[in-house]
Amino acid sequence: MNAVRSITRSRLFWPVTALAALLIFNVIVTPGFFGITLKDGHLFGSLIDILRNGAPTMLVALGMTLVIATRGIDLSVGAIAAISGAVACTIIGDAPDPGNPGVVAVAIIVAVVLSLILGSWNGLLVAAFGIQPIVATLILMTAGRGIAMLITEGNILTITSPPYKFIGAGFLFGLPFAIIIVAVMVAIAALLTRKTALGLLIESVGINPAASRIAGVRSRGIVWVVYIFSGLCAGIAGLIISSNVTAADANSAGLWIELDAILAVVIGGTSLAGGRYSLTGTIVGAIVIQTLTTTVYTAGIPKEIALVFKAIVVIAVCLLQSPVVQDWMHRRRPTPSSTKAVAS
Amino acid sequence: MTTTLSTPTFLDRAKKFAPAPRYASLVATLVLLVVFFGIGASRYRNFASGQVVLNLFVDNAFLIVLAVGMTFVILTGGIDLSVGSVVALSTMIAASLAQAGWNPGLIILIVLAVGSGIGLLSGLVIHYFKIQPFIATLAAMFLARGLCYVISLDSIPITDPFFTALARRIVFAPKLSINPSVIIALVIVAVAFVVLHYTRTGRTVYAIGGGEYSGVLMGLPVSRTKVLVYVISGFCSGVAGILFSLYTLSGYGRTGIGLELDAIAAVVIGGTLLSGGSGFVIGSVLGVLLLGIIQTIISFEGTLSSWWTRIVIGALLLVFILLQKVLTLRRR
Repeated sequence: MNAVRSITRSRLFWPVTALAALLIFNVIVTPGFFGITLKDGHLFGSLIDILRNGAPTMLVALGMTLVIATRGIDLSVGAIAAISGAVACTIIGDAPDPGNPGVVAVAIIVAVVLSLILGSWNGLLVAAFGIQPIVATLILMTAGRGIAMLITEGNILTITSPPYKFIGAGFLFGLPFAIIIVAVMVAIAALLTRKTALGLLIESVGINPAASRIAGVRSRGIVWVVYIFSGLCAGIAGLIISSNVTAADANSAGLWIELDAILAVVIGGTSLAGGRYSLTGTIVGAIVIQTLTTTVYTAGIPKEIALVFKAIVVIAVCLLQSPVVQDWMHRRRPTPSSTKAVAS
Repeated sequence: MTTTLSTPTFLDRAKKFAPAPRYASLVATLVLLVVFFGIGASRYRNFASGQVVLNLFVDNAFLIVLAVGMTFVILTGGIDLSVGSVVALSTMIAASLAQAGWNPGLIILIVLAVGSGIGLLSGLVIHYFKIQPFIATLAAMFLARGLCYVISLDSIPITDPFFTALARRIVFAPKLSINPSVIIALVIVAVAFVVLHYTRTGRTVYAIGGGEYSGVLMGLPVSRTKVLVYVISGFCSGVAGILFSLYTLSGYGRTGIGLELDAIAAVVIGGTLLSGGSGFVIGSVLGVLLLGIIQTIISFEGTLSSWWTRIVIGALLLVFILLQKVLTLRRR
């Protein structure tokens, strides 16, 4: 009985339940949904597609989780993704030989370095100038797409470069390369924050910045680092997006990805008020969002109307996690552990 | 001992509430507006005409209304991301019902009711379920945008004689004309000004932004007012939606993408603190006019591409946010 309770009380319970419900619905509608086939040594199937198409959102949400854990928010990730894709495609497009791996390497390095710079610009405003995160990142969100348009001169840049296409559409060890990128980034983030004290320090800054600073935590530096990491994740996501369509579209690349990423974080059980965060929850949240989109496609509903379902899922998951509903549910079913927690 | 020490600090603090710093941001916006107009007038021959000024209002009437609603929300320390989508939904409802031959008065009532209803839902979820305004209005944004496409995926033209008559310009002097939208927008600004500065509701709005818990302890109707600001913002989005459908004489689900950012930018540039409690509705109107004049200059320049607008707005946001930071630091 206690085991059941601890499962339903877990922060991952609702997102995982939502995901399971969506998957079951899909299997009922399309019986072959779970089928994964091996073609030319590459894995194909709906589940693989969900992971691959969700890769940019997962990456951006990964960076966003750490930002939100410090009680911040990063609205500029979509703009950074657009800029990163625009820069990479411009460099490759202007090169005499777009297919040259050296050119592609230079383009990727420049785009990544630029994303790091844009991330540290956000960090500068938030950590050094003490501007509210939502306002500080709103600046780059507004100006960023203009900058991306400036780089592409307002055009949609289409390029033909097999090595660049590999990032978003290639396969390695039978898996789409984009999934491997996400896995590596998640592993790095998990190792750095959970195997060292960094994660604890990030949470302490999110719970009480002033107290952490007095306790000797270098909160400014930590806040700065998470915005740089978020910029890096957004930049790589931008590379995946532009590589997937082999074009840089300054207007629509990464449009609303910041909102999807924030949703993924919230669905994953991390509170926007900062503090405790869950990387696993975020990844599950991102997969829920992508599965929802895929479900709407397979059900034959126009993709624009998918927004209505997204709104319903957001409200449902947020309401279920809201303190009011949680209190209400716990009051109806008081458990020994909760009374103990109250007593202590 | 402590009382003698605290009296001067209280006086010091009171001194710093003197008009100058309070209006500094507003004055800065006004100065910038004049400077930008001066730049335009000195560079282009036909810029310094009455019609260019009037066109600022004609082209931005809907944005003025949106910024007014957003000011209420931001003054309480909240944010409303749904306004752009509600504008789109309003144009879709207006256009589709007009196409079906409904009575224009009824259509306007329905649009305003839907806008206010979406605002009410956001407000209730925010206040009673303690969901962050950002997330609740984000869901409302998705909902409204999705509903647009439920109505139709395509653009619907408006041919109703009542609406086309309302969209016509009123020429009141040689070479000077406005349209009814401008009058509606200005009336809404005037009503908002009176409500914010001369009614109990207005003072409660400021009090919530200053400190919600203090407001509760003072016995102010915090819950009601907190929900009300989102209803006001939703209502304004409905009005803005009608003005927008008059402006384009069509309804389309893809209109107004990013409009919420323009509204928020106008409010911030107009000197309202995003943390709430301080700001003026007139400032937001000046903010909209400043955004409008930048767009006018860029269109007069001809060679400058439209994306410069976004970059300039971003730069202006930066300047004003840093200015606010300096001002609030000095006040402390």
